[in-house]
Amino acid sequence: MVRKTNRKGVMMLSCRDVTQLISRSMDTSLPLGKRVGVRIHLLICRFCARYEKQLLLIRETVRSLVAAEGTSGERSTEALSEEARERIRKALRSP
Amino acid sequence: MGKPEQIDPADWVDRYGDYLFRYAMLRLRDRSAAEDLVQETFLAALRDRGAFSGKSAEATWLVGILKHKIADHFRRQSREVSLGEDDPPDPAGESVFDASGHWTAGPADWGANPEDLFRQKEFLDQLAECLSDLSPNHANAFTLREIEGLGTGEICKVLDVRETNLWVILHRARMLLRRCLEARWFAKRTGKGS
Repeated sequence: MVRKTNRKGVMMLSCRDVTQLISRSMDTSLPLGKRVGVRIHLLICRFCARYEKQLLLIRETVRSLVAAEGTSGERSTEALSEEARERIRKALRSP
Repeated sequence: MGKPEQIDPADWVDRYGDYLFRYAMLRLRDRSAAEDLVQETFLAALRDRGAFSGKSAEATWLVGILKHKIADHFRRQSREVSLGEDDPPDPAGESVFDASGHWTAGPADWGANPEDLFRQKEFLDQLAECLSDLSPNHANAFTLREIEGLGTGEICKVLDVRETNLWVILHRARMLLRRCLEARWFAKRTGKGS
């Protein structure tokens, strides 16, 4: 219903289709036809282009923060409670 | 720095407790579950001390054990979820698109330097809060993919779903998270600017 094919047989993708494919392309490589269809759509659709950029930015940010997590004590507010600490110590003494 | 093969469990809680806890918290978003897994990790480490080769750092070894515990936790949770109710039909909201599949309200413009948006330290906290709003299925899939960095094949095994299913889950998770982060960011910015 939503999918239309133009005269050359290139699949016309809706924004809903394209957002799905953008996500999938972050997990696997898309078949050539779909990849081309998405690229063409992104050239003419401001919202979908924005959507892709933002998803990639979120991914990048998550990755870099997670990678930095071990080295810096960024979220030092989060620590084991004294209670849990004591409980774990006890468990380690008499496992 | 002692010899690498020197292991003193009495020191573990003070040396690695908070680090392992933060690691688990970011992935589980549940204090008591995270505390339990830290304890389980130390106990497993105590049992398997003989297997510690001393080739890797002690912290790396402990994180390795914790990673397994986290995967087990997700596995258990996905079993419970699939027994219970399914996720609501398209939580990403059909209203995002109209009947012909076009955006009803597209993503907002994040400005010229969108990186600044997420430069704040609170980003991970906001992400965790947005993840908590998702169903466990969606949150866990996103966590395994983007925080743990697992491939889709491995995630399918942990969550016991087919790959086509996982794609749908990840798509929805990303769409909902993007919207949630955007809403939080704009709310914060207008709050500050006034």
